[in-house]
Amino acid sequence: MRYLLLVYAAVEEAAALDTRLALELAERGGLLAAHELEPVTTATSVRVRGAATLVADGPFAETGERLGGVYVVDLESLDEAIAVAARLPAARDGVVEIRPVVRREG
Amino acid sequence: MSSVATVFREEFGRSVAVLARTLGDLDLAEDAVQDAFATAVERWPRDGAPANPGAWILATARNRAIDRIRRDRALAGKRELLARLEREAPPAPADDDALPDERLALVFACCHPALAVDAQVALTLRLLGGLTTEEVARAFLVPEATMAQRLVRAKKKVRAAGIPIRVPPPEALPDRLRAVHATLYLVFNQGYGPPPRDELCDEAIRLTRLLAVLLPDEPETLGLAALTLLHDARRAARLDAHGDLVLLEDQDRSLWDEARIAEGRRLLDRALALYRPGPYQVQGAIASLHSEPEPDRRRIAALYDRLAELAPSPVVELNRAVAVALAEGPSTGLALLDALADELDGYHLLHAARADLLRRLDRPGKAAEAYRRALALAPSEPERRFLAGRLNELPNEG
Repeated sequence: MRYLLLVYAAVEEAAALDTRLALELAERGGLLAAHELEPVTTATSVRVRGAATLVADGPFAETGERLGGVYVVDLESLDEAIAVAARLPAARDGVVEIRPVVRREG
Repeated sequence: MSSVATVFREEFGRSVAVLARTLGDLDLAEDAVQDAFATAVERWPRDGAPANPGAWILATARNRAIDRIRRDRALAGKRELLARLEREAPPAPADDDALPDERLALVFACCHPALAVDAQVALTLRLLGGLTTEEVARAFLVPEATMAQRLVRAKKKVRAAGIPIRVPPPEALPDRLRAVHATLYLVFNQGYGPPPRDELCDEAIRLTRLLAVLLPDEPETLGLAALTLLHDARRAARLDAHGDLVLLEDQDRSLWDEARIAEGRRLLDRALALYRPGPYQVQGAIASLHSEPEPDRRRIAALYDRLAELAPSPVVELNRAVAVALAEGPSTGLALLDALADELDGYHLLHAARADLLRRLDRPGKAAEAYRRALALAPSEPERRFLAGRLNELPNEG
């Protein structure tokens, strides 16, 4: 069984990755991917309505839709991420929220 | 002789653009260019301005960026940033034409749709216009701290979200260019008022002119530049000595800026010659007709028909109704306005336009009612004074 854990934290700091827990899970072989996200102020929402791709600042905040899946992609810039998001069927009636993953020193 | 102030206007945005493109970081680029100008303020009056001030500023800013990166121990990707600055060393200061102009890339980054519109405007004015945070705050009537925070957030979003500092590829260009035009036009309209804030109009015109130079084959870019110039040409005639609004037909034409009108018309002709019509070109053409000694009212009304096709909206319909009233008489115009009554009930200009037509139709009672409604909704003092004046001039209701 595979699970995706989504962290909905009440305050931004609490969303930070718990390194110890992550290491522990990794040692057990139970960790597939874990990423800390940049704050919600960096979110971008993409909707496709008809032929138009509508890009907006901010997260997706309505509750009628449900989370149906996640992609973790590695692309050159936000523009490429928007182009991918606009191709997802969910963008046509729902919305795709893009959140940058925190970059660690490399 | 170049003074720091004159160099600043042109070279601030240009240097920020070059460094931001190399570094992918607006904050670092802005700080480095700011440092370079601070050094110039110290040295130029003492040692004389360099032969090529733009190249001097860019070279100095680049060195300041290197210093800042070296000093910042916590900076991620430090080595990579330094390597990029080394790779893209600026050309020799003597070679003016080789100075890169990356401002177009910066325009597209500042006006990226993933930024909120107020953030786009703030970034554009600060980074491309070189306005200080305090100046931008004053122009938008918000506290300086609020504007500073807005800028910090916007720059952080550009970096953290990976908004690219580049000219979009051809397939994305039309959409993205529309966003750029909308932001620049918003800055212009904010400056046009009332009340007018000249520095915003000046900056919007400077940036649209620049955009027209960098994108000479984009008809809507030329159209927007023409539109802003033609409107701005009437700046000195729009308000009287008391700061009251003067209607177009009552303006003293000798106060119009003939050079701006001529420049606007030249840009409009170039735009129309590309045969790709758009809303800014049509509005530019309307503004051009209004600048004629005897404006052709039928042609103006026909252009509003075209505008309503290209960019349908209730406000365009309102303007069309006013144009039709001038071309075909107030009763035809009034019928068109009444059809908008539900949609634009909260918009003072609908009621002001209705009041004016009712006055022309000798229905002072109804006109007074509409003026009162417009007065209650009008957002600015000059507009309220104008409407109150019109209301007082109405004959007694009978």
